[in-house]
Amino acid sequence: MTLLSVRNLRVSFPTRQGTFEAVRGISFDLGRERLGVVGESGSGKSMTGRAILGLVRPPGIVTADRMELEGQPILNLPEGRMRRIRGRRISMVMQDPKFSLNPVMTIGDQIVEAYRLHAGGAKPAARQKALEMLRAVQIRDPERVMGAYPHEVSGGMGQRIMIAMMLAPDPEILIADEPTSALDVSVRTEVLNIMDRLVRDRGMGLIFISHDLNLVAQFCDRVLIMYAGRIVETLAAKDLHQARHPYTQGLLNSLPRLDAPVDRLPVLQRQDSWREGDTITQSLETEFPGGL
Amino acid sequence: MLTVEHLNVWFGFDPDRVDAVKDASFTVAQGESFGLVGESGSGKSTILRAIAGLIDTWSGTIAVAGQPLAARRRDRAFYKTVQMVFQDPYASLHPRHSVDAVLSETLRLQGMGDIDRRITSLLSDVGLGRGFRFRYPHQLSGGQRQRVAIARALAAEPRLLLLDEPTSALDVSVQAEILNLLSDLRAEHGLTYVMVSHDLAVVGHMCDRLAVMQGGRIVEVMDVQALRQGNARQDYTRQLIAASEGYARA
Repeated sequence: MTLLSVRNLRVSFPTRQGTFEAVRGISFDLGRERLGVVGESGSGKSMTGRAILGLVRPPGIVTADRMELEGQPILNLPEGRMRRIRGRRISMVMQDPKFSLNPVMTIGDQIVEAYRLHAGGAKPAARQKALEMLRAVQIRDPERVMGAYPHEVSGGMGQRIMIAMMLAPDPEILIADEPTSALDVSVRTEVLNIMDRLVRDRGMGLIFISHDLNLVAQFCDRVLIMYAGRIVETLAAKDLHQARHPYTQGLLNSLPRLDAPVDRLPVLQRQDSWREGDTITQSLETEFPGGL
Repeated sequence: MLTVEHLNVWFGFDPDRVDAVKDASFTVAQGESFGLVGESGSGKSTILRAIAGLIDTWSGTIAVAGQPLAARRRDRAFYKTVQMVFQDPYASLHPRHSVDAVLSETLRLQGMGDIDRRITSLLSDVGLGRGFRFRYPHQLSGGQRQRVAIARALAAEPRLLLLDEPTSALDVSVQAEILNLLSDLRAEHGLTYVMVSHDLAVVGHMCDRLAVMQGGRIVEVMDVQALRQGNARQDYTRQLIAASEGYARA
């Protein structure tokens, strides 16, 4: 079941030196799964997420042969119609809760406002829903947190609040842009568990944008590796360590590892040929479809 | 090279006083690379800042090369011995100073002569060519900026480098380059490192020994062999090691 289908997506920005293409013709389908998007800064992974939500600001130009949410085209919709999709059907969690929450509104008011904008309804009902969402993201005393301002909560809590807010309208797709890179490892596991449960229980599709290869290998079902605005390789997450593209291999090798000490870390030697050339697609049919 | 005994660091006054570091003690030998790990708020960066003289409110003993430090004033000799590299290369360089200005100002402050030759050799030390000398920070990538920040720290010809998360703002491929550079520089110049990181794998790669911090206290000092084999004595360290191995589905 395909939730989102993207073909030949391009995002370009006119500059004084000519057109700069941030995303150069990428295609993928998202089902009810955890799809990891990995790449270095500047590889176009965040821009892909923004393009799907129609958040690329002029003078940026988004083109695609196809961009469909459950069969309906969503490319370059007028802002009014996009607003009905954004937040309600496709939601996005940004990297840093510090810059995504309104500093002068209490957390409760923000969640209630976001929820009523999408689902309507009376304030008391929205408040109940907000409390329920905060509990769902493992916040222990939701009553207190509802009355708190963003600066009164920790980074990890802020990130969970963002997730609660994004999930209140029950979206079909969640785009999470580096949702855990500002968090400590212990909180990270908690936040990932929450997202994992939502994919399993609600059948949500998750696009998980990250630069952390090991995390993606363990958390996601499938991975797209991006380099210079293109997808250079797609493969099942559990096979990430058997990647065939030299870029993916180079990224993996450049990570220091506790279990395999080396004197010097291998350094990635970038090749111009990676910018062009075909995507290495691993056949996704496994020997035992559906498992043993 | 560095001795820290019963170090307490606090911010603010009673009743709002926050004790960021409580009774921390460790020693770092000449030529050693020592890691400080822990979660955010555990006080690891605060220890570095107290050593560097960026925080006044501390008690206990800090001695560099056998010389105990005064709480507030640091003399010139101190800054010739100890230098610091900060986390965010996008924030630690003045946006309107060229690489040349950054390095020549530092060299002049350190009372060095022969500035022109020294800049050339500093740039080549950190793997930047002559072409970078008159560039501004916005014309450099994150990794190149961190190289400039390292060159600035090396300008004083220090013996002890304090590294505060030197690669956490960088991509993994660039992180590998910077870590290699730091290893090379330590070998060439006989430097001593104290490195703060939240990434156990990075500390495992770079350091000989490490201290694990939690809530302002050092809970465990261990060597890297013990870290690799997972021989932690404290539960907290074991949790940290387990969490750093990645995500295990619940």
